[in-house]
Order: sequence, then structure tokens, then C-alpha cells
Amino acid sequence: MDWMKILSAVALIAMIIYLYPRAKAMAANSPKGSMQDWMGYIVPMAAVILFIILLISLV
Amino acid sequence: MQMNTTAVRSSEAILETNKLIKNTYILLSMTLLFSGVTAFISVLMQVSQGIGLVSSLVGIGLLWFVLPRTQNSSAGIPVIFGITGLLGFGLGPMLSYYLSVNPSIVMTAMGGTGAIFLGLSGYALSTRKDFSFMGGFIAVGMLVAIGAMLLNLFLGIPALALAVSAAVIMLMSGFILYQTSAMIHGGETNYISATAGLFISILNIFTSLLHILGAFGGDD
Repeated sequence: MDWMKILSAVALIAMIIYLYPRAKAMAANSPKGSMQDWMGYIVPMAAVILFIILLISLV
Repeated sequence: MQMNTTAVRSSEAILETNKLIKNTYILLSMTLLFSGVTAFISVLMQVSQGIGLVSSLVGIGLLWFVLPRTQNSSAGIPVIFGITGLLGFGLGPMLSYYLSVNPSIVMTAMGGTGAIFLGLSGYALSTRKDFSFMGGFIAVGMLVAIGAMLLNLFLGIPALALAVSAAVIMLMSGFILYQTSAMIHGGETNYISATAGLFISILNIFTSLLHILGAFGGDD
């Protein structure tokens, strides 16, 4: 295993350690979204997916 | 009398929001341009993968440990330029690789990232929807994605790498909606930290899109 792989693994583990308490707090404190709220996310994401498929077909 | 006070406060809040959005987009444009210049320099210098990785890690270190202490003062401006410059410089080896394989992939990923960012920002600004409910989902999703990246560092499964890239695009797209909505609804009041969040989202979408286009373009 080369040093870059080890450094990347250490960096990813550090990211998990850094983000875990913040993610836990955000998950606990975020307001719950209604079905309508989630549709407001799903619709633009569907557009993003279709756009990426279009980009893939272009390259 | 109370109604007048409310109306004045409300118009002040609107002015503050507009100022925050304007300052964020100005700083974001400047940092994107700056990181583009450092990425270009990195490509010209044919920087090695190791130097690129170290540059990115120093940029992340500044983002985690220095920016939170400086973002409320003018010292935050050189720090945000330092972060974006180092992250842009770190992209050099990846860009050099894709430019040598198929330059159109880099241009398509750049244009695609710009279109996704503008589309999502426009959507959040025009609908003025509150996306604060997505905070937990994005944070937990990113943890899972980083865990999968770590796992795949040892497994080396190409399909898993692509799935992680696709998930990162969805999560970072969600983060653009979340951050823009936070600027509108008062959850974010600092234009330097707002810029940092949007910059990281754009960078992650760009690198993930580059990976996906590289794989499906048949050259990865």
C-alpha cells in the first residue's frame, strides 16, 4: 500500500470523526419535512439526473 | 405603531438578506475564478498526485480549523481565498489526466456543474422554499458516502466509486438548495461561510461529474 492511499484513508477517517458529532446534532435538530417538502427536493433532483444522462450521451 | 415597527424590521431583514446573497455570489465568483487560475497553474506545472493531495488536505485543514475562527472578520477573506486556491491547485493532477484522455470531458463537466448550480440556486431563490429539513439527511448522507469512499479505497470496486460519485452529486445538489434557502430564511448570516459551503458543493459536484463522465465516456 503506497503512502498516498494511507494518507487518503487517514484523511477520510478524520473527516468521519470531524463530521460525526455535527451530523448527529443536525439529524437531531433538523425540522421534519412533509411529503410536499420532500417533493420540492425530489423534483429538481430528477431534473439533475436527466441532465447528467444528457451530458453522458454528449461525451 | 407595532405594525410600522414590524414593517421596518421586515424591510431591514429583506435588505440584509439581499446584501448577504449579493456578497456571497460576488465572493463565490471571485473564489471560483481564483481556484480556476490555481488549477490552471497546477496543470501547467504538471504537479504530481502526491502534491495535489497534500494541497487539498491543507485546504481542508484551513476550512475546518482556521475559517471558523476568522469568518466574522476581514481576516476571513484571505483565508477563503487560501482554501479555494489550495483546493483548486489540488485538482491539477486529476485535470491533467482527464485533459490528456479527452479534453471535452473537462469542459462538459465544467459547463454541467455551472448549469446545475445556476439551476438549483435559481430554483431555491425563486420558489423561496425552506429546505432546512434537509440538514440531517445531507449530513448523514455525507457520512455514509465518506464511509463508502474509505471502504472502496481498499476494495477498489469501480461500480461503488461511480455510485458514490452519483450520491455525492445528489447530496451536494441538496446542499446548494439547503444553503441558499438558509441565506433567504436567516439560517445563514455570514457571507464567508456561505461562500465556503457553496464552493465545496460546486467542487464536489465538478469532481464527481468528471468521474462519471470519464467512466461513461469510455476512457476511464
